[in-house]
Amino acid sequence: MQATLQRVSFSLPAAVWAAIIFLFLVLLAVVAPQWLAHSDPLLADPLNAQLPPSAQHWLGTDQLGRDLLTRVIYGSRYSLLISVAAMALAVLFGTLLGLAAALSRGVIDELLSRTVDVISAFPDLLLALMLIAFTGPGTSNLIIALGVASVPRFARVVRAQTLRVMTSGYVEQARTFGLSRFTLILRHILPHAIAQVPALATLGLGTAIIGTAGLSFLGMGPQPPTAEWGLMLAEGRNYLRNAWWIAVWPGVFITLTVIAVNTLGRYWQARFEGGEA
Amino acid sequence: MSLESIATRVPRKPTPSFWRNALARRIAARLLGGVLVLWAAVTLAFLGVHLAPGDIVSLLIGEQVRTAAIEAAIRAEWGLNEPLWLQYLHYLWRVLHGDFGRSYILNTEVSHLLATQLWPTIKLTLAALLVSLLFAVAVAVTTAHRRWGRRMANAVELLLASTPSFWMGIVLLFVFSFTLRWFPVAGDRTLSALVLPALALGLAQGAVVAQLLRRELERALDAPFTLTLRAWGVGETTIRLRHALRHAALPAVTLTGWLVGGLLSGAVITEQVFGRPGLGKLTVDAVLAKDLPVVLAVAILSALIYVVMSTLVDILALWIDPRLRGENQ
Amino acid sequence: MSPVIDIQNLSIRFGPHYVVKNLDLQVQPGESVALVGESGSGKTLTARSLLGLLPDGATLSADSFVIDGRDMRQAGREAWRALRGRRIGYVLQDALVSLDPLRRIGQQLADALSAAGQRGALEAQSIKLLQAAGISDAESRLARYPHQLSGGQRQRALIAAALAASPALLIADEPTTALDMTVQRQILQLLAQRRRDGHALLLISHDLAVVSELADRVLVMRDGEVVEQGRSGPLLARPEHPWTQRLLRAVPTPATRGLRLSATEPTPLPPRPQPGNAPLLEAIGLNKAYGDRQVLNNIHFRLHPGETLGVVGESGSGKTSLVKVVMGLTEPDSGTLLLEGSRWDRLHEKARRARRARLQLIAQDPFSSFDPRYTVEKIIGESLDSAGIFGDARRQHVRQLLDEVQLGDRFLDRYPQQLSGGQRQRVAIARAFAPNPALLVADEPVSALDVSVQAQVLDLLADMQAEHGTALLFISHDLGVIQHLADRVLVMQNGQVVESGELRQVFDAPQHPWTQKLLQALPVLPAWRPAVA
Repeated sequence: MQATLQRVSFSLPAAVWAAIIFLFLVLLAVVAPQWLAHSDPLLADPLNAQLPPSAQHWLGTDQLGRDLLTRVIYGSRYSLLISVAAMALAVLFGTLLGLAAALSRGVIDELLSRTVDVISAFPDLLLALMLIAFTGPGTSNLIIALGVASVPRFARVVRAQTLRVMTSGYVEQARTFGLSRFTLILRHILPHAIAQVPALATLGLGTAIIGTAGLSFLGMGPQPPTAEWGLMLAEGRNYLRNAWWIAVWPGVFITLTVIAVNTLGRYWQARFEGGEA
Repeated sequence: MSLESIATRVPRKPTPSFWRNALARRIAARLLGGVLVLWAAVTLAFLGVHLAPGDIVSLLIGEQVRTAAIEAAIRAEWGLNEPLWLQYLHYLWRVLHGDFGRSYILNTEVSHLLATQLWPTIKLTLAALLVSLLFAVAVAVTTAHRRWGRRMANAVELLLASTPSFWMGIVLLFVFSFTLRWFPVAGDRTLSALVLPALALGLAQGAVVAQLLRRELERALDAPFTLTLRAWGVGETTIRLRHALRHAALPAVTLTGWLVGGLLSGAVITEQVFGRPGLGKLTVDAVLAKDLPVVLAVAILSALIYVVMSTLVDILALWIDPRLRGENQ
Repeated sequence: MSPVIDIQNLSIRFGPHYVVKNLDLQVQPGESVALVGESGSGKTLTARSLLGLLPDGATLSADSFVIDGRDMRQAGREAWRALRGRRIGYVLQDALVSLDPLRRIGQQLADALSAAGQRGALEAQSIKLLQAAGISDAESRLARYPHQLSGGQRQRALIAAALAASPALLIADEPTTALDMTVQRQILQLLAQRRRDGHALLLISHDLAVVSELADRVLVMRDGEVVEQGRSGPLLARPEHPWTQRLLRAVPTPATRGLRLSATEPTPLPPRPQPGNAPLLEAIGLNKAYGDRQVLNNIHFRLHPGETLGVVGESGSGKTSLVKVVMGLTEPDSGTLLLEGSRWDRLHEKARRARRARLQLIAQDPFSSFDPRYTVEKIIGESLDSAGIFGDARRQHVRQLLDEVQLGDRFLDRYPQQLSGGQRQRVAIARAFAPNPALLVADEPVSALDVSVQAQVLDLLADMQAEHGTALLFISHDLGVIQHLADRVLVMQNGQVVESGELRQVFDAPQHPWTQKLLQALPVLPAWRPAVA
């Protein structure tokens, strides 16, 4: 694996480089938005409301006169932080569940698999909505809701991979060397079981970003006057006839970010999936 | 866990003699699995209400004013004075009869609410499903193993899959409704009102299915049995549509269950964008107002739809691939 | 009469890289011609070019490329479709994947018939085709799926479909490779019948014995070129080209016992020490069943130190289960297995651990027995865990082993994906010998290899066995290989040992009908004995 990684890093296709650069900018927007934006995202300026894109306001202003570009830059924080946190949650619990199910077989496997089945019986967004109904809207609740909804995907893949590896030729061969159960799992089973997780997590991040925006669009996430992409879309929807830019630009940035994340994730998948026998 | 279990593939046990038809057995197993999941969903809903922090009566009332009359009505309906297991059985009984209780916030029977709002959402979901599948099949069949078609299709699919469906809806609204005035701006009065929402919802999901379908189609076109077909003199188009597609459809069919789930939840948001009536508005309002009976009812309903869909999908898979039926030589 | 195939100076290339060069091929009506070669020799691509089925990116050029009287060099799609199925039939290997697994046999025959322009009464015609291919109870087979038929029936059905339009020429590309030897015999009989009936056949194969039975003329290919051609009898009895000689010499037979298979002159193998007296491995009444199926039934045998015991069996004979039980990967239901005198079966894994270094396994598919994330060095070194050798001592040991299997130091950092089939098998052998085991269990170790590579690997195995004094339990379906290297043999069928004993005794005078059937099924090369030293 080490050798393959070295071969990869200097020969990435142009699209992947573009994605990496874009994501770096997004990261910058999340961590230090004040370097990129020059106005206050929350300060209302009603005299300058609904101005079309111009030299002073590259993307125009919103219904309360705030510079749209600034709000989009600041808006990235919530969208990304929520998505990344939700994905981290899903990866952690999903992987543990999948591993536990596959390694224990029998009753525990059945139990865990059925639990995962029940969670996945509810479509992602609807499940998140149900959970929010109990906990109320807000950032951390959104993270938990999205995270839980994404657990089945990882649990299933990790379980399937683990089962596949457990019955593979090289694990059988390793048994003939007298390796202990623990060594077998640690050395051969575990690395292969989680091999697909990074690529899946990256792709899942794209879905999470859209999901976060969607839930915020419905009013489940951060509340006004916070700048958040989904929220801005909801607000802009009402001004579509006269000031289309308010609703359109946040969506452009959501799409671009998800494209970048998907490009990276697919490249990762294509590159490293070939290595798995 | 024994070491033996780690590396030994145990052969399937032979079929017991009374279940002769292996196919019937598999279908029965799927149905049982579906019922189990549904039961678990209903139980979770019940547990959710009883385990959530706070007093149950307050939860069910939500943001309404709490009066003695309403409290008495809730206690009677939910049987809060009975032991827990009895409450649970009553709840199961009621749900089986389609009685989801009463929403105190909207002051109506929940089942009545569902009945009126269900059809518009189903309409939208089906229309979007049609868009998804048509798009996926058309794109995959025409671009499989075609060098330039592939590249273009890949790029378009990436764009579509990365676009939030509600934003696509906003853009489509702006271009085709507000500016060009080809389609109505809101509501569900005419068939043309279905076009934009179905497109917005269906294309994004359709792109994901198209990717998978094309990859599987290419794999089928490279398979040995395709070479045999060509050697018999069967034409290329026939091979693509009649033979390879069937092979590619198998993994795509398993994806359809997930697809419908995604369309259903997407419909919730799309209805908000296009101002359409349906479960979407009902659910969102209920969540924000903490109207639990409605929320629970929608949850159980969506689980039901999903279970029905995935059972149908599993049965379809068994029909397509005879190897899954487990019939012996 | 004009030839069915008339090709002169055929070249096929992918970009600048030539895979077939300067090939001349003629097939007269009723003639049986064979293209013989190893993988990569270009024989399959040549066959596919005759139907216009070359892969994308291939460029074809020839001085003459006349098929069925037509110049097909610039032929378009319609011209090729008129040829395929109707004038030339094509049969691939392994009907399990060459037939559509999702469609019934009857439907597929109907596809073949319609493509060949037949109309009406498709079912009746399909039944006739299946019967002509020797399938009994043809009518009920129509409704079956490929995976529900036996291997032999599937292959017959595939041949039947290829013959749907009674083509003038049948091209059979490795038609028997995926089959058991007894089943292979049936297919060979079917093809021989066609030959007697006067139909033309182009046979693609790597198996010289099969070719010798079916072909009138043989073309030997290597690296895309024909190195020798001629009438099959004389060519296989007295080959002139060194490559053909090498191929023939590499085939293991009773005549090659004790001789190297990969040498240019007949050279004896190093002598092995006499087998010891106390049995190394002893099986007493082993039984194992999975549900209703009895996979091991009252198995008895003894293996002595330094001895080579061959186990002959087809698929379903129980040999795989035997391997698993001997290696301690599965427990028998009843019976006893003794390793070096003490109990080996039904032990707790901790008790086994210390003794695992005494026996090692070479699996059927070496590639799947390697962790794809491991380098060759780590792969070979892993078996030394139980021997307690680590660090520098391990590295030394590994390098020494690589040397013994004739792979250089440069292979230390390679990954399994970067190795050829023969190289992988050498690595597997090195790994198996690393802890210096007393017993080596080899499960079909050479079945997937080309004949010349197989010869090298078998010689290597013999060298290492002589060097280390290891006993060998060798499982194979290939009677030729068993006759080449085994001292004693077990013949298995349906989970039972139907015959056992000294090699010569069992194969010169077989008692059991199954052993007799196996020997009859074995395709035999015309006698070509290398000059004995």
